[in-house]
Amino acid sequence: MFAMRRHHVRHTATSAAEGGRITLGALPAGKTGTVAELQGGRGFTTRMAALGFTPGAQVTMIQNFGRGPVIVLVRGTRIALGRGEAEHVWITANGGEAHEESR
Amino acid sequence: MKNPDEPTRSASVPLLGACCADGGSAVSAGPCAVRVALVGQPNVGKSTVFNLLTGLNQHVGNWPGKTVERKEGIHRCDGTDLQIVDLPGTYSLTANSLEERITRDYIIHERPDVVVMVADAASLERNLYLLSEILCLPAPVVLALNMVDVAQQQGLGIEPHVLEAALGIPVVPMVASKNQGVRELVDTVLRVYREGPRGACRPDIREDHREVLAEITSLIAGSVPEPYPEDWVALKMLEGDEEITEMMRARLTPEQWERVHRVLMRHEDAILAIAGGRYEWVRRMTRAALTAPKAGQITLTDRIDKVATHPIWGLIVLLGVLGVIFWLTYAIGAPIQGFLDTYVIQAGAEWVRTNLAAAPWWVVGLLADGVIGGAGMVLTFLPILVIFFAVLGALEDIGYMARAAYVMDRFMHFMGLHGKSFLPLFLGFGCNVPAVMGARIVDSPKARLLTILVAPLVPCTARMAVVAVLAPIFFGSAAIWVSWGLIALSLVVLGVVGIALHELVLGGEHVAFIMELPLYHKPNARTIGLSVWQRTMGFVRKAGTIILLVSAVVWALSVLPHGEVETSYLAAIGRFLSPLGALFGVGWQMMVALLTSFVAKENTIATLGVLLGVGGEGAGLAQVLPTILSPASALAFLVVQVLFIPCAATVATIRQETGSWKWTAASVLLLFVVSFAVGIGVYQLALLAGWGV
Repeated sequence: MFAMRRHHVRHTATSAAEGGRITLGALPAGKTGTVAELQGGRGFTTRMAALGFTPGAQVTMIQNFGRGPVIVLVRGTRIALGRGEAEHVWITANGGEAHEESR
Repeated sequence: MKNPDEPTRSASVPLLGACCADGGSAVSAGPCAVRVALVGQPNVGKSTVFNLLTGLNQHVGNWPGKTVERKEGIHRCDGTDLQIVDLPGTYSLTANSLEERITRDYIIHERPDVVVMVADAASLERNLYLLSEILCLPAPVVLALNMVDVAQQQGLGIEPHVLEAALGIPVVPMVASKNQGVRELVDTVLRVYREGPRGACRPDIREDHREVLAEITSLIAGSVPEPYPEDWVALKMLEGDEEITEMMRARLTPEQWERVHRVLMRHEDAILAIAGGRYEWVRRMTRAALTAPKAGQITLTDRIDKVATHPIWGLIVLLGVLGVIFWLTYAIGAPIQGFLDTYVIQAGAEWVRTNLAAAPWWVVGLLADGVIGGAGMVLTFLPILVIFFAVLGALEDIGYMARAAYVMDRFMHFMGLHGKSFLPLFLGFGCNVPAVMGARIVDSPKARLLTILVAPLVPCTARMAVVAVLAPIFFGSAAIWVSWGLIALSLVVLGVVGIALHELVLGGEHVAFIMELPLYHKPNARTIGLSVWQRTMGFVRKAGTIILLVSAVVWALSVLPHGEVETSYLAAIGRFLSPLGALFGVGWQMMVALLTSFVAKENTIATLGVLLGVGGEGAGLAQVLPTILSPASALAFLVVQVLFIPCAATVATIRQETGSWKWTAASVLLLFVVSFAVGIGVYQLALLAGWGV
């Protein structure tokens, strides 16, 4: 249900800035970003949104070794995401400082 | 169960009014029970609250037709019974998973008198998201704010009274692990039951989607079936909830559906706005009640995770943990198992043979070999399982199991499996039955099926016990290396089969890995104890019912029609399969021995003893076996034996957990083919290595 073809997941890996936006997977450990967009099926979006990944939410990267799963902090909770899932979350990097959520 | 004349039974119901005990429940409540549903997200201590309320006065079963655990229990309080149902932990109420569907269906259809939402005070924001969904359902809600001590340690300031005023529902602070706040919770539940709910503050949809929601509501007005609330159905359709949308599609006329569908298509990503709106609501609700600490402080969890989730250190920690579990199993569990085997199973079977000598042969055989030797033998593995359950339960309670799944995800990923699949598979080293049962924790149905299909390839203690007897006969001091080699080979085969099935069964689909890593906390003996108790009893019940039945049937096959293994139907099958055995140089006796391992793996030894005419002891076999098998054949036989169709108990469990004979048959066939293919392959390699003589 939350499934995507694997080859769709790969091609965005290590993407750099795309109009100021990067994928969550490209956010280095210790940095914070603001969720801009979720890509993927409805099951994925619904599930991520329930966990707090909604546009405007602050995400802090806790662990990211450039490959394999990552750990992020969102709305006070540590969430482990597969590399594929992290590549489907687009964020704008905050430059290290956490801003208040704004809309 | 629900009263159709009274769709919103709540405020006006007197204490002794329309009450109904759940007739289907195995736990009997008094004639008048207050029906309470526990809801909450995973890892919030909901089970601890449930266990505190019900103690051992609980019943664990399945939701009808589903492989999701249903826990029910009774809490007696001053003559009033609270009949408590522990609903599955869910993050939201959109029909993404079975758990979410069960939870919302229960609240909507069964109309509990009071819904208690258990929340983790330390991550209140995400927890109240679920509350924002529950408040839209027609049920009085009490918020149990658990783990307030952890929140305090984290520097979070929470004022329950302020939160209560904002939400308009009672808020009870608790520390369930220290038994604090339970009495207050029960009092509050009873008060809400008697007095009815006050006006809860329900979240509104965000302004930018208000119009479209109103449009959908008006389009479906009058078509929504009882007992669904109309506005809730409209909201779920806008969220893109498949189940509710399908339900309405069947109820609307094609023209109506066309209009609704067009609106829905225009707002396909409404879920993000709706979820965002809910989080804004949560923020408004908690603004005055919650003071967060400064960001950036390093917690104990962060410090432990630096090591525990590291790609290399984390793996070493995990290997250490697994090493300790194996050590405990072999140092404590295996000797007890051996003791039970000798002094209970074998002695019991002997007792039956001596004391029931006058009874018909089949009564004696059925009792001694079918019941005691089959289902009874399975029970001797309880000590090993209890150790597994206890250690895993403790690691789960501490919060480590999620980290283990995280570390293993890199590897499980290749097989299209979720990191969580690692857990049940690991349990398989103890016994394949709990491994298959444990596959439930995997969210995705396909990944769950895949986990169940590969689980029997994990070499369980019973298979390794057979190896422990046979390997020294053929390989002497090299037996230990053969044993380790067989374990390694099993895991390689598991990996290869997993990758192949991933392509075939899942069509190469990627299984999403999204998992919460809870904060570490001190383990709670009561929680662990109860989880060990429940899992153990689940296993015992299985051994007493379905495993017993299957063991008896397979035993019958092994003695009918003439009362001897040599001439039985099973032996006939063994002879029929002997051409297959010839491919790796073993005779029909070995094939029959393999087939009888279907009752219980240890039967391999006993059957060989009978067929080769040396009795069931290792000494006789040690003399005869090397004369009829070359080392190459022996190695191949051990390989087949380790990979062969699992015992009847596991097959029966596979049937239960998949709910499908087709997949059960597929699993048996798969293991049959794989075991012989690998065995024959190993035989050919061994011949090349010159082990053929």
